[in-house]
Amino acid sequence: MFKDVAFGQYYPADSAVHRLDARIKLLLTLVYVIGIFFVKSYFGFMLTAALLLLIILVAKLPMASVLKSVRGILVLVLITAAINLFMIKDGDVLVEWKIFVITKNGVHTTIKMVLRLVLLISGASLLALTTTPVELADGLESLMKPLSLIKVPVRDIAMIMSIALRFIPTLFEETNKIISAQKARGASLDSGNIFARIKALVPVLIPLFVNSFRRADELAFAMDARCYNACDKRTKMKKSTIGFGDILAAFVVLAFFTVILLDRYYFPTVGINIDAMIFGGLL
Amino acid sequence: MQAVEIKNLSYIYSKKTPNEKLALDNIDLSVEEGSFVALIGATGSGKSTLIQHLNGLLVLQNKKRSSVTVNGMSAANKKTLRQLRYQVGMVFQYPEYQLFADTVEKDIAFGPKNMKLSAEEISERVKRAMEVVGLNYAEFAERSPFDLSGGEKRRVAIAGVIAMRPKILVLDEPVAGLDPIGRAELLSLIKKLQKEVSPTVILVSHNMDDVAALADRIIALKDGRIVADGTPKQVFGDRELVADAGLDIPAAARIVDKLAQRGIQLDKTIITMEELKAALLGLLGKTGTEKFQAATLFSDEVNAEERGDGSNSSESDPIERRSSSNENALSIEDGEGGGKDV
Repeated sequence: MFKDVAFGQYYPADSAVHRLDARIKLLLTLVYVIGIFFVKSYFGFMLTAALLLLIILVAKLPMASVLKSVRGILVLVLITAAINLFMIKDGDVLVEWKIFVITKNGVHTTIKMVLRLVLLISGASLLALTTTPVELADGLESLMKPLSLIKVPVRDIAMIMSIALRFIPTLFEETNKIISAQKARGASLDSGNIFARIKALVPVLIPLFVNSFRRADELAFAMDARCYNACDKRTKMKKSTIGFGDILAAFVVLAFFTVILLDRYYFPTVGINIDAMIFGGLL
Repeated sequence: MQAVEIKNLSYIYSKKTPNEKLALDNIDLSVEEGSFVALIGATGSGKSTLIQHLNGLLVLQNKKRSSVTVNGMSAANKKTLRQLRYQVGMVFQYPEYQLFADTVEKDIAFGPKNMKLSAEEISERVKRAMEVVGLNYAEFAERSPFDLSGGEKRRVAIAGVIAMRPKILVLDEPVAGLDPIGRAELLSLIKKLQKEVSPTVILVSHNMDDVAALADRIIALKDGRIVADGTPKQVFGDRELVADAGLDIPAAARIVDKLAQRGIQLDKTIITMEELKAALLGLLGKTGTEKFQAATLFSDEVNAEERGDGSNSSESDPIERRSSSNENALSIEDGEGGGKDV
């Protein structure tokens, strides 16, 4: 049932991408995500896909691990695609059958929408695949540090985040254990109609909540026992530093972002249409 | 008749990822109906993976090569899977963590309800299950399982399993985390369950004293393979094999070894305190009250010795060991009074 959760699943490998500073990776992922929303041309999508492939290759990730995260949003992608395909009514009509109208515009928008979603999720999943949860939380804490000037409890937020991340696998394991136990008592979780299924979850969810509260209590005690928050300043065991790789990665992603912006705002004003150059009359 | 037949069973976790791990490696195993089998092995040796195959919670990875048959039903057959699960009662580690209903009665009725039994049958079974595990119906039925003590919660969870009247009872570390009295009570409960409810019992345990006292067959796993299979005397008698499997020997056998170092040779197949007591008394050749005094004195000395031993041995949990040897001291004294509860 919870076997295919790809999010938060770190894929261990020794690669330049894995070694990047988490803060840089976070910021660059943000740039990438923003970049995708500026992409409007097929050339832009090709460029994004090329960047993505480059990162996957350098990170030594198997394609399957990235595609797994896409599978999670497959339904969303299909629904969005269907809505776009049938709802966009302007432009040249390609097919018309009863109330269904498919236009050239609709087809283009749909393809681009699908590409955008898939590239977005794959790109974001790269961060989770190549960064351990602890590194992520540390990176976030470091990036949010300026907020502590306006009395935002950055350290506590970071601690909450790392604890939450840390316990996701534990909770999955626990859920699986409880599911096994209830199945052994004859519970059927994957048959019947939707109401039967929701009702069947009760024997799983209640123990899960009870155990989570118990665990939270124990964890709080353990943290207290080790003097959490006893003094103002906590030091770090691992201080991350920005190295050459980080600068190179930043350069690559920023170059990508620049080209995307040029493609969107500058090239059209000077009459360059790369899509037309590549695909010719195909579009 | 064979209650369980396992052929060529292998299981790999996280197949085709960097975390791939071979948990079971070509296991061949059959369990006779009516036997009490103890499954022992270090953490990660594959015990839990093995027992989860018995009721189809884990699915065979290679249906052509391997097979798991329970009471003549194949675990790979989806049609009889539910039937199979009713026949194999599975008590997981810390079973109290799976309680969910607002009353004890409802929680125990969960299994029988899933079996689609009639209301009278369900309530009859719940009452009987509570009686067997030693929970007074009038007192406990309407209480919330979350308000009970640890030991009581565990009894409720076990009652929930045996209310399904399984033919085979599988228990994964049933006494973990209980106090010495709770442990002794639960262990004698398991014996009772074998007599009254489920004729075949498979017990996963780390406690060699419990295993020596209860089981009539021991199967030791190491790295997913069966490294020893025989009666407790055969298995624990072979000290090298036991050490090889990363396991310990019962306290009584440890005492035998210690005595041997000091020149007192006793039978190497002594594995329970009762046997040790008999052997020592035979050695002393005393009678009546003298015997009793000798036994009491001796057990105190030996326990002191054992305590010293526990702190520098490789076992990581001296507290656990201390509590078990205290229990043993009790059992020697009680044993003389005629009670054989432990």
